[in-house]
Amino acid sequence: MSREKILAAVKFNQPAAMPLPDMEVLNKLTDVRTDLVSKYKAIATAGGSFVYEVSGFDEIKTIINNEFKAGVKIISALNELSDYIYAETVKHEDGHTFADVELTVLRTQLGVAENGALWLTEKDMGSRVLPFIAQHLAVVISKDDFVPTMAQAYQTIGDADYGYGSFISGPSKTADIEQSLVIGAHGPRSLSVFILS
Amino acid sequence: MSTATTKDHPHLAAEFNRDEPRVNWHDETLWWVRAKRDIAAHKLPEWELLRETASQIKFNVLSNLSTYLEQFEANATKNGIIVHWAADATEHNQIVHGLLEQKGITKMVKSKSMLTEECHLNEYLKEQGIDVIDSDLGERIVQLANEPPSHIVLPCIHKKKEEIGDIFHEHLGSAKGESDPKILTETARQHLREVFLTRRAALTGVNFAVAETGEFVICTNEGNADMGAHLAEIHIASMGIEKLIPERKHLGVFLRLLTRSATGQPITTYSSHFSKPQEGTEIHIVIVDNGRSIQLGREEFRNSLKCIRCGACMNTCPVYRKSGGHSYHTAVAGPIGSILAPNLDMKKYADLPFASTLCGSCSNVCPVKIDIHDQLYKWRQVIVKEGYSPKAKTMAMKAMALTLASPTLYRMGGKTGRLVFKYVPFAVNNKLNPWYNQREMPKAPDESFGEWYAKRKGAKNS
Repeated sequence: MSREKILAAVKFNQPAAMPLPDMEVLNKLTDVRTDLVSKYKAIATAGGSFVYEVSGFDEIKTIINNEFKAGVKIISALNELSDYIYAETVKHEDGHTFADVELTVLRTQLGVAENGALWLTEKDMGSRVLPFIAQHLAVVISKDDFVPTMAQAYQTIGDADYGYGSFISGPSKTADIEQSLVIGAHGPRSLSVFILS
Repeated sequence: MSTATTKDHPHLAAEFNRDEPRVNWHDETLWWVRAKRDIAAHKLPEWELLRETASQIKFNVLSNLSTYLEQFEANATKNGIIVHWAADATEHNQIVHGLLEQKGITKMVKSKSMLTEECHLNEYLKEQGIDVIDSDLGERIVQLANEPPSHIVLPCIHKKKEEIGDIFHEHLGSAKGESDPKILTETARQHLREVFLTRRAALTGVNFAVAETGEFVICTNEGNADMGAHLAEIHIASMGIEKLIPERKHLGVFLRLLTRSATGQPITTYSSHFSKPQEGTEIHIVIVDNGRSIQLGREEFRNSLKCIRCGACMNTCPVYRKSGGHSYHTAVAGPIGSILAPNLDMKKYADLPFASTLCGSCSNVCPVKIDIHDQLYKWRQVIVKEGYSPKAKTMAMKAMALTLASPTLYRMGGKTGRLVFKYVPFAVNNKLNPWYNQREMPKAPDESFGEWYAKRKGAKNS
């Protein structure tokens, strides 16, 4: 009932059709592909992320082993990091049991230099809640997978079909108490980014 | 919220102004946020083009809104999302309650949604026996304090950490006198984690809904919307009809503007795109009109529907910063709220378009280029014409018009004024004169410019 009423009122009151603006100027203006890794690194670090440039997965393993105690629950979505629980084997129905996950390690194909954001879809996550419920999050990205701005990011995503996707740009944070920045609101207390050369 | 009040902006602002150090702190804190916005904006050489593009996209949305709404509904439905339509606040609240009732759910976790504040959803659900917990830290704080948010992005910006410490001590069991933001945030994290893990229903707002794909985007820094939605059986997302954007690629414009304008961050920590429900769970979207289609028909004011709720106009507004969000007695405070609220209830919110100096700073920082201060000025004219302006102000204006139209009355008035200032200053230096509240009245000159000029001419001639 209300559907028809609302649509009729909107149709009656909306102004004469206005065209969509040309997006190409903005897209071209921002498509500067130099130093993307160092730009990303600076912005992400300023946003509270830990960024590591690594040569391979062994180096990532060493860093994880140094940062996390042996025996803590780690879920990884990477074949290369097989010492941990494999994300593809977890089910989203088990979401509530991830409350004790210490670290989730995911792989992304898309990072944004201008704001430190990393694009992760449901497929990359295994379960949607994993990158949020874990105490810590780590994301692996290849150095060639960065784009300058969100304009190019959405060009890369194109018309991809996903059930859920999120740009994640740092650890969970809040400044709701007197504008004091506190890292670790409801989600991960840290975001580590491993850039593979 | 429950603080139903008939007091208008000047009275509520006067109450806020009783505590001068707090007003100064509030003022400075928000100006600091505004300064961070400037730094972020100035880093992008294409900033103005970005604003212009966003404004044009939104204009296109408003001019094709009925088509986009239908397109969005069709695509969301195809994705397995269930779409509901609500003509007003009551219908929205009933739909939400109905969904919970169907599943026998009595406890819900909610992330930030100004629309549900506008609809007074929390109070409604409480009356129906549903327990609602707000999960955004700032919103949780004001909820525990039994207050509405005072700012759309920074809900408890009016509260000092010591007060928050007291609230947490009383409700969440933190140590007495604890006011360290880190420790208080950790206390909330532990408390809300338990909430996320035990709630079967989650309600969120919507930042953007994409007609082309049927997906919607929610932006948070805390991750609370995602924690709630992904752990619940049923995710209800409430959105106003104006949240639509045409295509996915347009997110690339709005996500670049939103947080830079709001807090000076380049993007929120999480920008989450919900397209399909997880297996075994449901996503419902409630599309709400609640007066928006009427505003769409007001040619002078329809641009207000372009708003993406960044709060930049509040942070920059000299009146907002010094009068506090609660003085606007409406869900969305500040300059943008003052042009949205009269559309809903012209009589109740007749005071709001006057709560501005018309300095234009709001329009200058608006990421979608809404002509906010022009609309405030235009609302004043509508409100006076419709007879909703404050009586004292109307009478004063009429007396002023009469005086300025008659040279005799003008001279007489000036003379009387000067005599009063000189011989009976207490007649104006008192509480009945609002100009005297924060300032001394000036010393009146002995004669008017007219009198002085006449004398001077006479002196020359002799």
